[in-house]
Amino acid sequence: MSDATPTPTATPERPQLPAQSPPVDPAETAAASEAATTSNRLSWWRGDSGEGARRNLGLIGVLVVLVIIGAMTRWDLYSNPDWVWGNTLTILKLASVVGVVTVGMTFVIIGGGIDLSVGAILALSAVWATTVATQSYGAGGMIFTALVVGLSVGVVNGILISYGRLVPFIATLAMLVAARGLAAEISNKQTQLSNNTFINNIASEKLLGIPLLVYILAAVVAAGWVLLNRTTFGRRTVAVGGNPEAARLAGINVRRHTLLLYALSGLCCGIAAIMLTAQANSAQAATANLYELDAIAAAIIGGTLLSGGRGTIIGSLLGVIIFSTITNLFAINGLSSEAQNMVKGGIIVAAVLVQQVQFRSITQFLGRNRLTNS
Amino acid sequence: MTQHSPDLSRRRMLFGGVAVGAGVLLAGCTSNESSPTTAQTKAAATGVNNEPGKKVVIGFSAPADDHGWIAAITNNAKAQASAFSDVELKPVAAGADPAAQRAALSTLVSQKPDVIVVLPHDGKELNAFGLEAMTAGIPVINLDRAFPDARAYRLQIKGDNYGMGVAAATYIIAQLKAKGVSNPVIGEIPGIDALELTQERTKGFNDTLAASGFKVANRRPAEFTVDSGQQAATGLFQALPKIDAIWNHDDDQGVGVMAAINQSGRKEFFMVGGAGSKKAMEDIQADNTVLKATVTYSPSMASSAISLARLIGQGKGMSDLVELQVPKEIVLASETITKENASNYLKLGF
Repeated sequence: MSDATPTPTATPERPQLPAQSPPVDPAETAAASEAATTSNRLSWWRGDSGEGARRNLGLIGVLVVLVIIGAMTRWDLYSNPDWVWGNTLTILKLASVVGVVTVGMTFVIIGGGIDLSVGAILALSAVWATTVATQSYGAGGMIFTALVVGLSVGVVNGILISYGRLVPFIATLAMLVAARGLAAEISNKQTQLSNNTFINNIASEKLLGIPLLVYILAAVVAAGWVLLNRTTFGRRTVAVGGNPEAARLAGINVRRHTLLLYALSGLCCGIAAIMLTAQANSAQAATANLYELDAIAAAIIGGTLLSGGRGTIIGSLLGVIIFSTITNLFAINGLSSEAQNMVKGGIIVAAVLVQQVQFRSITQFLGRNRLTNS
Repeated sequence: MTQHSPDLSRRRMLFGGVAVGAGVLLAGCTSNESSPTTAQTKAAATGVNNEPGKKVVIGFSAPADDHGWIAAITNNAKAQASAFSDVELKPVAAGADPAAQRAALSTLVSQKPDVIVVLPHDGKELNAFGLEAMTAGIPVINLDRAFPDARAYRLQIKGDNYGMGVAAATYIIAQLKAKGVSNPVIGEIPGIDALELTQERTKGFNDTLAASGFKVANRRPAEFTVDSGQQAATGLFQALPKIDAIWNHDDDQGVGVMAAINQSGRKEFFMVGGAGSKKAMEDIQADNTVLKATVTYSPSMASSAISLARLIGQGKGMSDLVELQVPKEIVLASETITKENASNYLKLGF
């Protein structure tokens, strides 16, 4: 019964996981040792651990370019600092819901899975939290309902995938359909207004000039970052996604961990459901349409490997903000949404292409040249 | 055998208990009873057409969309049918796409109803079905989404999308002229842009505005959902620091648009809605938001379609008209609801 986790290894002392040590590339070690002689900080930058940071810098570069394009095309707006500040907050606010979903999605993808049901879970949680019966329990009842519904659906996903051995794509696709169906059933296909001022104020209130939604996004991102980078849970996630067999041999309960990842994704959807309900002052079964694709796309351009084992929370956040900025850019220029979707598609393809031509090796090549020159 | 400490199993029991408790609690939270939307039916009036006649079996099919308007269509049809003692309604689920609806309708034809009322997923794709049923001698009433072939239907009853745009623009122009705004900034929030109905609405809006020398400054399409409405409106506000008027095509997504308006604190403009939801009418009547008018595209057409299907099945005409049979085509006028007349229309809100 407990053969997967025999007692001696039940509490592993942070086992050295094969998946965590990256494949050693001769050129890379040469570069690394070369760099080590010059400066420790530089070697970090060029080494494997600097990979995510370099990639994120590239994403920030893209953001800067987008802002410059915006400033060039609508200087009449950008010349007003108040407008620019307000617009930045608006971009962050629009990014907040998908951003929270993307944090959960990033964990699932790093763990080697995919969650296609996030939009549907979000809609179901939002609908369930805004029924007349739930609203009679006040804001606390609504928040509790949204979180528990999201978490429970995530757990069901996790059980189907880890213990039912369904392929994640199939299990979550089935959940996508089923959860939307249940949401339509509960709401009777009507738009459910949220009459709770506390909930509605989440989207309109500000603290120190910054909208509450942005704080929620920041809190979820910070929690996600800590969870991924500073805890055993995070290291296990990378290990499970990178090489599940090695992770199992190292004493990780892969099945339970996979279940927890989907539960986490579901919980993020529950949080996002409250935020979306607050933003729209209502919920309906058709909301959050295709958010799963937005979240996956954001994680991918943020450098998360679709096959698992690699990814950063900050990268995913930047991915979401880039999409949100593009939407904003097209809106302020009055361009059609068709063109916007084409640009989004182009950016996704470009991001994946960049991953394939080994972003890392290019920067290291440049770095080595600079070393030999000096 | 296992080495689990009792402590762990107690924790599991606790988790299990909490989970079951939460489940029971939440299951009770799905009830939604306090918001029954009243269906729009025509109460029986006196007159020869309302005398119970030959029993008519009406087959009915509409898409299962998650949209308030479609839901209202189905509810209206059912309510109107039950208002007649001589009508039996046979609803069939239309499924998720035209193919599913075609399959459902073929089984309906084989049951030989007297009349079929259908709101197709897509008029063009279900044209062949209309022809087939008409050839089989069953009159087909097309609801809202036209069949291209005139032989495919006995009666066409639909809303006026172009007219909606015209009505919205006419109201906006009149208001702006009354205020003396010469060069107004007009925003537009359409629904799903790929749909023909959206394009027709926009065309009517633009044509009418152009006739007065006005034009739309920015146009942010939403997707008929509340969250997309909120996002589209937020984008519009960022693009246009000052707005004079907005036309939002759809009152369902308008809930999100109104949320965005409240969140941005913008109120220098007035807004016109579309379709005519109950919420929109109440807001207009209360006159405490920027929503000042809405142009109708009423789902009451489903109730009318059932009434007309009954007349067609019984071979009667419309009593106010000279003709002995029901006409072939009826296009609802898009009416403008303002504070002054909102009380008359409230019963038609969905």
